[in-house]
Amino acid sequence: MSANLRVKSSEFIDETHRISFKFNGKTYYGFKGDTLASALLANNVHLVGRSFKYHRPRGIMTAGSEEPNAIVQVNDNTNRTEPNVRATEIEIYEGLEASSQNCWPNVNFDIGGINNIISPFLPAGFYYKTFMWPASFWEKYEFFIRHSAGLGKSPTEKDPDIYDHRNIHCDVLVVGAGISGILAAKNAAKNNLKTLLVEEKNELGGATIYQNREFNKIDNQSSSDWIKKEINELKNIGNLEVKTRTSVAAYHGYNYLLARENLTDHLEKKDKNNKVRQRLLKIRAKKVILATGALERPLVFNNNDRPGIILSTAVKKYADFFGVKCGEKNVFFTNNDSAYESALCLHNKGIKVDAIVDIRDNSNSKIVKAVEQAGIKIYWSHTVVDTNGYRRLSNISIMRLSNDGMTVTGKRINISCDCLGVAGGWTPAVHLFTQSGGKLKFDEDNDVFLPNKYLSDQISVGSCNGYFNLKEIINKLSIKLKEFLKIDQTDFDNIAIESEEETPKRNIWLLPSDKAIGKTKPFVDYQNDATAKDIKLALREGFRSIEHVKRYTTTGMGTDQGKLGNMHALGIIADTSGVKMGELGTTTFRPPYTPLTFGTIVGRNVGEYFDVFRRTAMNDCHIENKAEFENVGQWKRGWYYPVNGETMHQAVQRESKAARESAGILDASTLGKIDIQGSDASEFLNRVYTNAWSKLAIGKCRYGLMLNEDGMVYDDGVTTRLGENHYLMTTTTGGAANVLAKLEDYLQTEWPELDVYLTSVTDHYATASVCGPNSKKILKKIFPDLDFSNESFPHMSFKEAKINNIKCRVMRISFTGEHSYEINIQASFGKSLWEKCIETGKEFNITPYGTETMHLLRAEKGFIIVGQDTDGTMTPIDLQMDWIVSKKKYDFIGKRSLYRSDTMREDRKQLVGLLTDNPNIILEEGAQIVSELNQNPIQMLGHVTSSYFSPNLNKSIALAVVRGGKDMMGKKLFIPMEDKTISVTVANPVFFDEENKRLNA
Amino acid sequence: MFIINCPYCGERDQQEFKAGGEAHIERPKQPTELSDDEWAEYLFMRKNIKGVQFERWNHAHGCRKWFNMVRDTSNDEIKLVYKMGEKPPLE
Repeated sequence: MSANLRVKSSEFIDETHRISFKFNGKTYYGFKGDTLASALLANNVHLVGRSFKYHRPRGIMTAGSEEPNAIVQVNDNTNRTEPNVRATEIEIYEGLEASSQNCWPNVNFDIGGINNIISPFLPAGFYYKTFMWPASFWEKYEFFIRHSAGLGKSPTEKDPDIYDHRNIHCDVLVVGAGISGILAAKNAAKNNLKTLLVEEKNELGGATIYQNREFNKIDNQSSSDWIKKEINELKNIGNLEVKTRTSVAAYHGYNYLLARENLTDHLEKKDKNNKVRQRLLKIRAKKVILATGALERPLVFNNNDRPGIILSTAVKKYADFFGVKCGEKNVFFTNNDSAYESALCLHNKGIKVDAIVDIRDNSNSKIVKAVEQAGIKIYWSHTVVDTNGYRRLSNISIMRLSNDGMTVTGKRINISCDCLGVAGGWTPAVHLFTQSGGKLKFDEDNDVFLPNKYLSDQISVGSCNGYFNLKEIINKLSIKLKEFLKIDQTDFDNIAIESEEETPKRNIWLLPSDKAIGKTKPFVDYQNDATAKDIKLALREGFRSIEHVKRYTTTGMGTDQGKLGNMHALGIIADTSGVKMGELGTTTFRPPYTPLTFGTIVGRNVGEYFDVFRRTAMNDCHIENKAEFENVGQWKRGWYYPVNGETMHQAVQRESKAARESAGILDASTLGKIDIQGSDASEFLNRVYTNAWSKLAIGKCRYGLMLNEDGMVYDDGVTTRLGENHYLMTTTTGGAANVLAKLEDYLQTEWPELDVYLTSVTDHYATASVCGPNSKKILKKIFPDLDFSNESFPHMSFKEAKINNIKCRVMRISFTGEHSYEINIQASFGKSLWEKCIETGKEFNITPYGTETMHLLRAEKGFIIVGQDTDGTMTPIDLQMDWIVSKKKYDFIGKRSLYRSDTMREDRKQLVGLLTDNPNIILEEGAQIVSELNQNPIQMLGHVTSSYFSPNLNKSIALAVVRGGKDMMGKKLFIPMEDKTISVTVANPVFFDEENKRLNA
Repeated sequence: MFIINCPYCGERDQQEFKAGGEAHIERPKQPTELSDDEWAEYLFMRKNIKGVQFERWNHAHGCRKWFNMVRDTSNDEIKLVYKMGEKPPLE
């Protein structure tokens, strides 16, 4: 069980520190410094998962974040579980548990594997084609598809971890700490630029740090020794910040980047608690240097997905960095020189390399000669045509490749091997560059897309810009840095570099087999099981756009976003349809580069901090009164105040009766309040409201209706004239901010000549609204010096007053139809005001009521609520509020639109009242209204907008909008519900006290 | 995420701003004189250019001032900002 495939101690692995972990329930051991992938390989575990569609056994393929296959569920059955984590990125810690995904009952025997056998019947677009008929069966199909689809399992419990956000501003951000990134960051920082260097791995140095390339020397040292010295020097540079385990997820315009800094994922459970797990860095950089490196490409050949088939440089990294051999019998398959370096490295460590299969016909590179001298057999002009081994590679078959690379000839040669290192050349990691809006160009010589046009102040350096030779990388870096950072010299201008010229690769996107393509499985996207065959099928079926082929075949749509296979997909499309790669373009690389957990994205904005909310100054009183609360915009408003276990209905009925029979009190502080001053204030109101304002006397109030320029009702509220050039406007609670913004817009852009100043005072005043037949008696006791006679203080007027020397504004206005006052006081005294009203009103049984009762009371009076009875398609005429639209005013916002042919139609939806024939049935708000039940199709006339049981009328009442409703008074209409049809009669929307006697009582 | 150079406050993050649609569409001085078609032209018709576009922006979470911006919508390059009432550049 505990096979040990360690070859020799590695300086990057601490073999004195043994760590136990569980994989699929079994305990294994690794060392500090191991990733889950390297530790599994050291234990000879290659089979780690099953593929998405065919459930084929899959193993570890890479040693980095590009891994498509080895994705695992971490800490399953705990509240820290996370799906789709790349085993190649998990640093092991004591107690780590991970398990395979996408298999049942287990990874060794998976029922879904049947899909592999029936795969000829599962072509690209299988689901689209099969489950379309009959359409009514979709729901049943969907049930099964949902069950068999999906990779890992989402957590079901609350995330116990803490996440954080941090804003960073820097002069230079360097992404990637390979040799290019390190030199760039060092030289930027040394030139007094505030520099941030981020690296997704836990160590700096990229590939240079561990590879001892025989033919790469800097100042007569191996490049790895040289880079270690450079890394050491970074510590002494003042204005340089280095962050490891930090992956840039997104690169937006204007050099705004998001990065995830991983802080505790590598720690033991006991060390994770109460620490920030991950931090989202929001970086705004003046300049960005991308040094993101390149990803090795696989090769696309028949059955290229078996466990044991690994990228050649990954085989090398496991040996060099982790001291782990991936197989006992190693073979490499290549189209370039990279595999030779890996082969030589293994050979020098005493790991057996049996053969190298090269599709080229020769190479004169020094490294190739060295491999030949080591006695490793090289098959020139050969290609792998098939592989065998179900849970682990057991052997490969190779054949001679024709000169044009399209076919194979001769006999199959079988080579026994348990590890095949594949090397298909290099793909520059241009993902972040394109996310920033950069445009790529195709380099035909090397078959790579390279950065071409930059939209922001940035450069790409090193292999992500297409430089693969050490000398070229460093020389170009020096030139580019000087120009980009505007510096005269770098500290590596004069170093001596030895590096070897490589023999070019021979690029064949899809390698031939002796079998017909239909009988092969050359995988292009490993995670989503898309093969070259699927892509060709999509093209035969008429798909042309790369974006369409991608979606139809699901190529590149997995959690790895096709980092390995996308280039091959493009190549195969180009070859098949005879288009040049450069003309074909690429698919869009979208953020994030590697998956982010939701916790990181939301940071601290969870639970009660998810959104800001506002509470009135009287909030404590409502809590003491055991109010239920309702969200209105960002406000928490008292909804109703249940007493002795009342239901909402019971509470609202009681509150509504109390308000009409004696006295009620409402917290109206949330209504928007805008203070309007200036010599043109009256003219301004004339222009923004539909009615006239010039003649409103000082000390009087008036209701106003505000339209949009399209003639539709936008907001309403009462405005009070406090002085000659001073008004206080109230708006709806939800509309306050938008109304202010709209008024500012008109003032600044259309009517800059008006002398008007707007100030939001919503939060500055708390408002108690006292209503009911006894309201005047209560107010008299609160303000004993104030004259409350109808002559001195009539309805729709205002007075300044004082409570114990605290100034108040008292308005006699009403939204309930009762005799009613609103008292405005400085917000800090809001609570005292509420308490005083309750105390004073005790003898009149003053009853606090919430928004629900307020809605009921106003509905009895037929007063609209903007946003409930209107929806942005209602004009004042539709609302039967013609009385408020001035005919005399030349212009106001929205006036012209009231005379458009559409707004003047007679059959528009109009506001009416509805009475149910059975007075005990309460209609559902939103219910549809019809006039004929036997029509086909049935014509919808409108819908119910407000509906309540009125305790004061002892019957159900409703407001509704009905097509042509104005002329339907007394007409019978129907409301068909699921289980019954309700008959209603169209009525006047004013149900209660039509003569307004109570207002003046 | 843009950095916008508010003509009153200087460079600020895009989060502080609200976009306000196409610029230099003046509200007609005498709406009642207009035909339905002419009014509809003002009310509804807006360009949506891929390329250089004149836009209104508001520093909503800052000085609350409206101003104009010339932006290339194909690459989000902000070419110019200028105050309300100032003449648009000819090119």
